[in-house]
Amino acid sequence: MKTEIICSGFGGQGVLTIGKFIAQAGMKEGKHVSWLPSYGPEMRGGTANVSAVVSDQPIASPIVSTPDILVALNQPSIEKFAPHIRPGGVLVYDTGMCPDGCKRTDIQIISAPISSLAKEIGSDKVVNMIAIGMVIGRTNVIKYESMEEDLTSFLKERDPDLLEKNLIAIKKGMELGKA
Amino acid sequence: MEVIATRPKSLRDVPFTYCPGCTHGIAHRLIAESIDEHGLINKMAGVAPVGCSVFAYKFFNFDMAEAAHGRAPAVATGIKRARPDMHVFTYQGDGDLAAIGTAEIVHAANRGEHISVFFVNNAIYGMTGGQMAPTTLPDMKTTTSPYGRKVDDIGYPIRVCELLDTLVAPYYIERVSLLSGPDIIKAKKAVSKAIQYNKEGRGFTFIEFVSTCPTNWGIEPVKALVWAKENMLPFYKPGVFRDKGAPE
Amino acid sequence: MSKVLMKGNEAVAKAAINAGCRLYFAYPITPQSELIEYMAKMMPTVGGTFLQAESEVAAINMVYGAAGAGKRVMTSSSSPGISLKAEGMSYLAGAQLPCVIINVQRGGPGLGDIQPAQGDYFQATKGGGHGDYRLIVLAPSSVQEFADMASEAFDLADKYRNPVMILADGMLGQMMEPVDFKPAKTDQEIEAMGHQHESWCIHPNQDGDLKHHHEINSLEIDPVVLEKHVTKLYEKYAQIEANETRHELYNINDDNEILVVAFGTASRVVRSAVDELNAEGKNIGLFRPITVWPYPYEELAKCIGPRVKQVYVFELNTGQMVEDVKIAVNGKVPVNFWGRVGGMVFTPEQIKEKLQACF
Repeated sequence: MKTEIICSGFGGQGVLTIGKFIAQAGMKEGKHVSWLPSYGPEMRGGTANVSAVVSDQPIASPIVSTPDILVALNQPSIEKFAPHIRPGGVLVYDTGMCPDGCKRTDIQIISAPISSLAKEIGSDKVVNMIAIGMVIGRTNVIKYESMEEDLTSFLKERDPDLLEKNLIAIKKGMELGKA
Repeated sequence: MEVIATRPKSLRDVPFTYCPGCTHGIAHRLIAESIDEHGLINKMAGVAPVGCSVFAYKFFNFDMAEAAHGRAPAVATGIKRARPDMHVFTYQGDGDLAAIGTAEIVHAANRGEHISVFFVNNAIYGMTGGQMAPTTLPDMKTTTSPYGRKVDDIGYPIRVCELLDTLVAPYYIERVSLLSGPDIIKAKKAVSKAIQYNKEGRGFTFIEFVSTCPTNWGIEPVKALVWAKENMLPFYKPGVFRDKGAPE
Repeated sequence: MSKVLMKGNEAVAKAAINAGCRLYFAYPITPQSELIEYMAKMMPTVGGTFLQAESEVAAINMVYGAAGAGKRVMTSSSSPGISLKAEGMSYLAGAQLPCVIINVQRGGPGLGDIQPAQGDYFQATKGGGHGDYRLIVLAPSSVQEFADMASEAFDLADKYRNPVMILADGMLGQMMEPVDFKPAKTDQEIEAMGHQHESWCIHPNQDGDLKHHHEINSLEIDPVVLEKHVTKLYEKYAQIEANETRHELYNINDDNEILVVAFGTASRVVRSAVDELNAEGKNIGLFRPITVWPYPYEELAKCIGPRVKQVYVFELNTGQMVEDVKIAVNGKVPVNFWGRVGGMVFTPEQIKEKLQACF
């Protein structure tokens, strides 16, 4: 079983972090993972994207050209990558940031006003956690428990309030993903 | 018979490869004597340049590295950082230090690298046959300035001590002359002070020797000394530019 | 130790420190910035030296000094910076100084771009600097292998008194994969290692006067002597060629119809295509050289099975390693080449298309 993911958005939206959390969680579950970012000046304010692969087998190419999952946090990301999603694959996107959405009918589309939901939870920082939750809710690429474990070890001492918000955000995302 | 002068221990029993009347031998001897006097022979390492003194790695009686052209201060930095318990110096000519190696000397000085640099300025490239150096005087003829150094075209000679004196880090900067007996006695004191500061780990020390090149200047050795006194010293004035260890 | 998710640039830096490297001199350049930044952060915590040099040229000459002083020392850069280091690499090879140089390749020529490429193969394996010398060149294809090569590179450098280059690329530098690190050398081990080169290196006389006069040098003005020196180097290179080639075989068997050759990260993209085609019933073998100098010519020649119709080489350049492949194949079967350049990386689909056309 191999899952190929692209996360894409504006630089600063945390799309690289989404990929990193997924790869990290996959690694903790004993899977093979890779994380390959776009790099260079385009990251500063332009579009940024990352290819993440989670697999039971050693990963040959770390480059993802036909993703199983696309997380898009802006409209240009949908234009650029959605046409390449494998039929039957998953598109997660923020309706607040992607007004035109996606016209494909042969993929599973999960959309929500992610940025607004993050504000409701109480932090702009949890946008990427809602998106990860949406991925977890719909696919079995990683487990909620791995995310919880990872976040807890990272944030428990440093910022327990943000930890709680993150976990709420993932659960919210999972509800959306399951729907 | 009483022996009143002998080869310093810090020089090997190897004949110098310098031309008659050349002052490199004097500079070598002053450095070697000072290393002996400060008891550093067993902890010393030197870096030789590219130029007439390229074979300096054979002449000094401790571990030596031969550097690429201009890179001696970088090589010395590597040795000193790898072996902080050793004392390291470079020996460089004007083409090596002030042309191709300008970046290395400026930045080693700017870091306050704990090394001593001995800079022999005779206003010409000797080894390659008398080409123009960054320190060649205005209107001075060389094989690559056959009509004289035209300052409007190629710029003025670089005064390295003055240049390095604009930096904050260097500990000691002095220009001396090797053009007469009394000058050489003064030069010895400067060299000895640089080695002493090196021994004490004070910081970056820099000695410039105003020297001659009878062969490539095309002037007999004794007349070359006179020519240098009359032409070099007014432009390259000897003196202490910086001495952070001097009594207040 | 459990695995850590890490960028290649950081993983190789950490592994170098674990291998006892305590001196690192470099100049910033993309896409190897994380490497120099990691060293800046971590070297002081292990009592090591990190120095950001004024130039690539100065950095490699600082390496020359520290290597001449017999200590494990490393520098890193990316393609244009490696060109600037070329002079110093020739001197290091001439003076037989052990050190490790990492090239996180980017697109060229000239300033090129900062995306992954393999255009420095010739420079790394056929010279780059002036004169008659060789670097040992290791080409990693995963972050784990990149990290593992740090200690292997230092061991080879020390064993042969020769500079060793790790030829990576921007993709490997930037990507994160799980890494298992070898245990770090202890201070005692590093101290002991620090004495291994005392028969020739710059070091203090511990007791008494004038025990040694060592010259770190590549100058031999007498042609008779220089010829002897270069011949000695040549003999050393022959020994390295005989003992140190490394390669990886993937699905090599007597029924292979096509033999594919690729190195570094490019080989992983190629492997994806090979996997897919083999799953569809084709039989394609993949040969990956791990040392690109010395090149595993004989090992590659042995992989040309009785049914192999052709050898296909894929590189992220306009065809450089393919010349070594042709030497190995020696006319037995046709050798084909396809590559992408300018920092563009081929996709498995494109490789698959090229290979399908061979059937």
